[in-house]
Amino acid sequence: MTVNTMMNAAEMEAIAARHPHLIYGSSRKRIRSALIFAGIALYMIYSWWFFSIGQVLTNANWGIAGTYLADWVSYEVRPDIKIAADGAMQVVYPRFSPLGPDAKPEWVKIETRMVERAFDAPAATQQALPTKSSTFSFMAPKSAVGSSARAEVKPEIRSEEVVSRATISFNSATSVDVVDRTVTATHNGETLLIDLDPGRGVQPKGELPDWATQKRPGEKITLAFGMTGWADVDVEKVSIHNRFPGWANFIFDTNSPFFNKSFGEVAGLIFAGERLDPARSNLSLAWNNILYNAEWQHLDVWTKLLQTIVMAFVGTLFASIVAFPLCFLAARNITRNGVLNQVTKRFFDFLRSVDMLIWALFFTRAFGPGPLAGMSAIFFTDTGTLGKLYSEALENIDDKQREGVKSVGAAPLAVQRFGVLPQVLPVFASQALYFWESNTRSATIIGAVGAGGIGLKLWEAMRTNSDWENVCYMVILILVVVFIFDSVSNLLRSRLMGQKTH
Amino acid sequence: MATSAPSPTLSDNGAVVERHWQELNLRRRTYTFIGLALLAMALSGSLWFANETNAGKFFDRLLYFFDFVGDLVPRDGAEIARAMFDLASPYDDGSLKYNYPEGRMYLTDAIYVPEYFYRMLETLNIAIFSTIFGMFFGFILCFLAARNLMPNPWVRGFVRRLMEILRAFPEVVIAGFFLAILSLGPIPAMIAVSIHTVGALGKLFFEVVENADMRPDEGLRATGGNWIERVWFGMVPQVLPNFMSYALLRLEINVRASTIIGAVGGGGIGEPLRLSIGQGHEAKTLAIIILLFSTIIAVDQFSAWLRRRLVGDQAFQLAQ
Repeated sequence: MTVNTMMNAAEMEAIAARHPHLIYGSSRKRIRSALIFAGIALYMIYSWWFFSIGQVLTNANWGIAGTYLADWVSYEVRPDIKIAADGAMQVVYPRFSPLGPDAKPEWVKIETRMVERAFDAPAATQQALPTKSSTFSFMAPKSAVGSSARAEVKPEIRSEEVVSRATISFNSATSVDVVDRTVTATHNGETLLIDLDPGRGVQPKGELPDWATQKRPGEKITLAFGMTGWADVDVEKVSIHNRFPGWANFIFDTNSPFFNKSFGEVAGLIFAGERLDPARSNLSLAWNNILYNAEWQHLDVWTKLLQTIVMAFVGTLFASIVAFPLCFLAARNITRNGVLNQVTKRFFDFLRSVDMLIWALFFTRAFGPGPLAGMSAIFFTDTGTLGKLYSEALENIDDKQREGVKSVGAAPLAVQRFGVLPQVLPVFASQALYFWESNTRSATIIGAVGAGGIGLKLWEAMRTNSDWENVCYMVILILVVVFIFDSVSNLLRSRLMGQKTH
Repeated sequence: MATSAPSPTLSDNGAVVERHWQELNLRRRTYTFIGLALLAMALSGSLWFANETNAGKFFDRLLYFFDFVGDLVPRDGAEIARAMFDLASPYDDGSLKYNYPEGRMYLTDAIYVPEYFYRMLETLNIAIFSTIFGMFFGFILCFLAARNLMPNPWVRGFVRRLMEILRAFPEVVIAGFFLAILSLGPIPAMIAVSIHTVGALGKLFFEVVENADMRPDEGLRATGGNWIERVWFGMVPQVLPNFMSYALLRLEINVRASTIIGAVGGGGIGEPLRLSIGQGHEAKTLAIIILLFSTIIAVDQFSAWLRRRLVGDQAFQLAQ
């Protein structure tokens, strides 16, 4: 029974020579695929030129990309060490610092002393005034607007407590120390001394290490400490950017009475503490503070997310309800009327091809910005898409059941109900579910043109280029929703269609 | 259907069967009823919520529903052609509404490409480029995600999760992020659509691979082919037509997607469309819509024709 099918090399070559078309395929085929690949390659080169991709990519500000990405999952605290003309220092936090108004972080160590300061230069006062009134001054709450206004009239000598030394420790290996117009920066064992000379500008002592850059002598020096932050050293100001992982003030913002309290303290306040606001319980105050968190706007984000979900849900549901009767008119095996078939089918094509974006823009004009516009856009587009798919499904049904029902003398409607519907209903439902899920995704995008939902909020958060952590928050919420809907719709569809999941 | 005729008395067995059937029927009806009731509740709740949070209320605004038709009536029919081909308008009063010739893209001193054609070409190029890009990377990734070719569950799981994230990540965010880095232009839109396409095509591709015939692969394995040879000679020839068909379907979707992304700040036709609708420039709006509409239909028809040639009728299923 065993036949030796092994061939030696010579035999193989002989066979190959006798039937070359089996081994090498037709030359036309080979040339065609080579041509297709060459065409694609040419097209890519053309696009590279058309969009001048190379140029755009080289001109891009890649340095800022890292900062933006880091902003997704971390935040910066930015104290400024201001050095006045007389050498007195002041540590100032910006107005919306994540540390809140009364920040005394442990990583900023300050030494103070009392000095006699003359407020006799009106120009300097005027310069200092706006910053003092708009930012929270760290150690000198007495320097109010009124006293400075008087200073313009009459020179005044006041005794004031000023910062004589400020030490900022970024981490164990990195710190910046400012004392007597000298900045000492330490990073990974290297130390850089910088003199801040009002006359000669910023003067480093010795070579600049890798992590320090100065564009021109005398100008500011930028110290880049990697992920832990960076600092700008200038004659009048040392700006510190200390980066911390995580999201700042995610639950309570700095205006909330619960701000900066540990979980235990908050729980204690809520369940046993005295009422912070006599009008309502601490629990409702805390909940209110969370919802209206100024920085994260939880309530608004959730509302917008719910809008997106609702847009997809209602839009798809209405679309399938409207497409359902129409598809019977469009299917040529159900309605035997060529004109009616064609009219309905072209109507579906029209709805589909006008594109969700155009519908969204129109309905935003009609209903004003909000979910109604997005809902209607999804409804119009999907009526077309679902109608087309439904009528295709109808045209592919098995005719035997219909004939069977017809042969026992059923009325036309009963034929559809018992002969057609049982075959197509699972397909219809499954396709509607599929579009529900995919519309949840597209609803995010059309939201950005004003059609309601989280899209616009996302877009606005990105526009400022500083709220990337909010973008991250919304993206996570969207991903969670999409994954949940994905699995629910997959589960339902596989139950509808039997075991075959797709 | 006529079941009302009096039936002969049932035997005990028959009665059991009938009772059982009635129970089943009742239970099914109850479930259907509960399901429909839940759906109705969800629907009315959703509608109420949507109406509450909308800027204009549905019934108040319904009267203005067809306002947009008014936005589409130009001063005369020829205005549409003038807007489309950037010809000078007799109504030109220096405003943005009639400044059609200003958009001309001159190739030489005399020959120009009308602005909207150029923008449409840009959108089309974004779509084609991202489809090819997505197809290339989807092609590489799909073999690592298919159960029959990648026995290692960690690699498979990782690639699948990666593709899921690429797919679900909102395109707006990618476009916005790259807009911040690359400044205005079509490239952020290209990146956004490409990334999404990698995920979407990768998923469809690996499903095709998992359904492929494994006999060529077995043959190659028997003769000692390595993994790349098995994929290239055993798998690729049988899945390529399906891959092409899905890529073409994706192209249709990408043309639409790149229009939308263009409207929120990327390049292409979306941006002038949004602006002209927002500012009420009827002729421009209509010109763009006609252009977009015919492009979409042309792409759809071309893709349908090519798919039918590649794989026959079975390619006409859902895909995303």
